Amino acid sequence: MTAIVEAKNVVKTFMGVRVLDDVSLRIDPGQKVAMVGPNGAGKTTLVRSLLGFYHIDGGTIRVAGHDPIKSRTDVLREVSFIPQLPPPVRLSVSELLTFIERSTGTPQARIVAQAEAMELDIQGHRHKPFFKLSGGMKQKLLIAIALARRSRLFVFDEPTANLDPAAREHFYRLLSSLDYEHATIFITHRVEEIEGLANRKVTMDLGKVVEDETL
Amino acid sequence: MKNIALVAYLDIRESLRAKWFYVYAFVFGGLMGLFFISGITDSVVMGFTGLSRLLLVFMQVTIIILPIFILITTVKSIAGDRESNVLEYMLSFPVSLKEYYWGKLLGRFATVFFPVIVALLVGVVWGLGKGGEMPWGMIFLYSALIFALCTLFLGIAFFISTLVKSHDVALGLSFTVWIVLLAFIDVALIGLMMQNRVSDELILTLAMLNPLEAFRIGAIALFDPELTVIGPVAYYLLDTLGHTLLMLYAVLYPVVLGIVFALLGFWAFKKRDLL
Repeated sequence: MTAIVEAKNVVKTFMGVRVLDDVSLRIDPGQKVAMVGPNGAGKTTLVRSLLGFYHIDGGTIRVAGHDPIKSRTDVLREVSFIPQLPPPVRLSVSELLTFIERSTGTPQARIVAQAEAMELDIQGHRHKPFFKLSGGMKQKLLIAIALARRSRLFVFDEPTANLDPAAREHFYRLLSSLDYEHATIFITHRVEEIEGLANRKVTMDLGKVVEDETL
Repeated sequence: MKNIALVAYLDIRESLRAKWFYVYAFVFGGLMGLFFISGITDSVVMGFTGLSRLLLVFMQVTIIILPIFILITTVKSIAGDRESNVLEYMLSFPVSLKEYYWGKLLGRFATVFFPVIVALLVGVVWGLGKGGEMPWGMIFLYSALIFALCTLFLGIAFFISTLVKSHDVALGLSFTVWIVLLAFIDVALIGLMMQNRVSDELILTLAMLNPLEAFRIGAIALFDPELTVIGPVAYYLLDTLGHTLLMLYAVLYPVVLGIVFALLGFWAFKKRDLL
């Protein structure tokens, strides 16, 4: 089976500090990985390296068979990412959807449908700048965009931090209902938040994978 | 490459809603309005009158305001996008770094170039209304000079933005670049010359390397072919290059320099960590 993510002996250093210290990790299709660990453990750095934001100092990374630096767009075509906090994007909702439709090929209608499943009415807010939506609405829209893309890998950084309990339930239900083979990485401090969604737990500390267990 | 136009278009849409753009357009539009009210077109100073005087004063003010506006608004928005994780999100979609960088640059170019050109054209229309003749040569040259100045400072701003990750440091660096280039037009070079500590050739070279000096010489050369009011550097350049080459230098040198900085910025954008 071809791995979705294959990181081998990855090293990343910031100002002399090894933030990723010889990290190896393989994620196959179907795996839902809860990546846990304290602040500074290296979780975000690893994810950013997978997405091609960081140039690693050692080791290799392949996402869907591609190098995130050399074949950045090939990697990102396969990945949906939701940051921990919705960024203050100044584009209007309509412009943001246009950007996503043109860059990823995801029809806006599919995003709208996903948003409706999250009980978010986009139509009434299309002309508002994204950053002026409420925290919950922004997070729901980011989730709708990510799910509508039908990617092979989802990367969620504390995805439910801004959601009320009902919205969390919608999110979990939608995620569970995806009917094609994909893998998911949940970055979280509390594994109980995503109980039932993850089937593997990877614990990081001080830049290393210290525990890897099947749930 | 289809996404370059998309990124440029979205950057323009975003800029048109931003407060900085309104301030920027208001400053240049307001300048023209101020010139009309103060009756510059009716005054005569050192032989410059009417429309030519109006446009010359506009260009002299532009040389001060335009660089700092471009530098600050550009580094603020790009470094700000990085710090607020907007860049992280937007670059998590399959848009190549080439498309994103050059699309942003093109979009930003349109938003900084057109308000100044529109203000210039408003001045021309006003001057024509006052009975002047259509100064085609002047409009063409000044449009080219404004194009050159926008290219130069956008190139520098994008270079600073990709090199420096902190918003505050990027702003500080922008101010430094602006002050150094302005100071080297006159104050520093005259000071050096008066002290006689360095050779005149070095001072002339430093002045020639300063793109703002090129802009200023180009702006005034159309009215004062002898460049008697601008000083020794312009005179030396005119004597060495001749009028046509001097004008080419005034327009092409800042453009080339801006492109070089933009390319260096792109290289840094590709080769360094994005966040």
